[in-house]
Amino acid sequence: MQAQDYERYNRQMILPQFGEEGQHKLLQAKVLVVGAGGLGCPVLQYLTAAGVGEIGIIDDDIISLSNLHRQVLYTTDDLNKYKTEVAADKLKRLNPSVTFHVFTERLTNSNAIDIISRFDIVADGTDNFAARYIINDACVLLQKPFVNAAISRFEGQVAVFNLLTPSGPSVNYRDLFPAPPTHALNCEEAGVLGVLPGIIGSLQANEVIKVITGIGQPLINRLLTFNALNNSFYQLDIILNEEGRKLIPANIAAFLDMDYEVLCSSSSHPEIDITVDELKELQQKEKVTILDVREMNEVPTIEEDHLRIPLRLLKNKPPAVTANTIVAVCHMGIRSAEAVKILKEIYGSAKKIYNLKGGILSWQKYLYKKQQHA
Amino acid sequence: MKVSVLTFGEVADIVNASSFDLKDVEDTDTLKQLLEDKFPRLKETRYAVAVDKKIVNQNVTLEDASIVALLPPFSGG
Repeated sequence: MQAQDYERYNRQMILPQFGEEGQHKLLQAKVLVVGAGGLGCPVLQYLTAAGVGEIGIIDDDIISLSNLHRQVLYTTDDLNKYKTEVAADKLKRLNPSVTFHVFTERLTNSNAIDIISRFDIVADGTDNFAARYIINDACVLLQKPFVNAAISRFEGQVAVFNLLTPSGPSVNYRDLFPAPPTHALNCEEAGVLGVLPGIIGSLQANEVIKVITGIGQPLINRLLTFNALNNSFYQLDIILNEEGRKLIPANIAAFLDMDYEVLCSSSSHPEIDITVDELKELQQKEKVTILDVREMNEVPTIEEDHLRIPLRLLKNKPPAVTANTIVAVCHMGIRSAEAVKILKEIYGSAKKIYNLKGGILSWQKYLYKKQQHA
Repeated sequence: MKVSVLTFGEVADIVNASSFDLKDVEDTDTLKQLLEDKFPRLKETRYAVAVDKKIVNQNVTLEDASIVALLPPFSGG
């Protein structure tokens, strides 16, 4: 440890339970933070400030205006830039002695094993179930502990999973939730109070630090829930769930063969999905009507000509479309897939109807990349 | 005999209450069936069940003053 480290980390090192030993453990630790969003921001900030030796940041998203009310590491000047790059840049200034590993990509079962292997512990702050089950299964196969946190509206959940204890690895996410739900709301659809990920992400960072330094009682075999409206914390014991264990791939080969996107039906609908590139090609060939099915207040707005009818009104208010091809768009491509089903009921085979895979988020990324190459 | 039910996240939205009491429900399967009959959307939702702060994976007999919690997973980050 260098002389200035004693000063920088003084206030935690003088804690008797923490001491020089705790600081040494942090400086040696390698933590992967998956998702640099609402939860990822506070987790990254506190782990960097506390002096974790190496931090991996994985996220493929760019910063949108609607992120800023809760993703407090970013500022208005950072709009349309990659979260990973902006985060690493700011965090380096917070603590230059931390080594950052930036992965500007989505965590998938193809890259998860390689990336997670390089770290000691994972903090899951993702915004979708596919990634949550990928992290769980990969960590179980690689025998890595991970701290899971998740939020919805005014509520959050935190737990430490798969930590090696004298009686074997502690419970994992599949002991609590054996299989993903077919549909659950994410922040874009459900809304979230800005301060909530700050609270839950801070609890998550706290658990990471406790696991690394071995102090206190981490949330092993337990789930902590918090409700921001009535300030209630609730803790529950979790036990091994045979049904959940059976669903974990038996080995890495089986893990690589799993289709987590389809399993979680989050954003993959192969029969109807088209990419932004495919949409552009289609527009060269024929007249295409773009139908935005988000609520009227949702941003960003599509700049091209388009129709906007929120999904919940679509059934009762079929759009007046003259084009033979319709491409439905929403924020992430989940609601628009529902819209495609409704439109197919209305038009049958009279029109070709597609879903824009990844929604407006993919479109933004496409435009950003195009602008960078220009 | 009376049990208390606590609901979280989407489950609270579906049953339109975050806590309520139920009378004469003998076990967790009966409780789930009762609620799913009354609120069909609950059938499409996955949720963990806890009795007296312990997650249960099988049907569990309820006693007077048992507290049952219904917790869906959250995906937001």
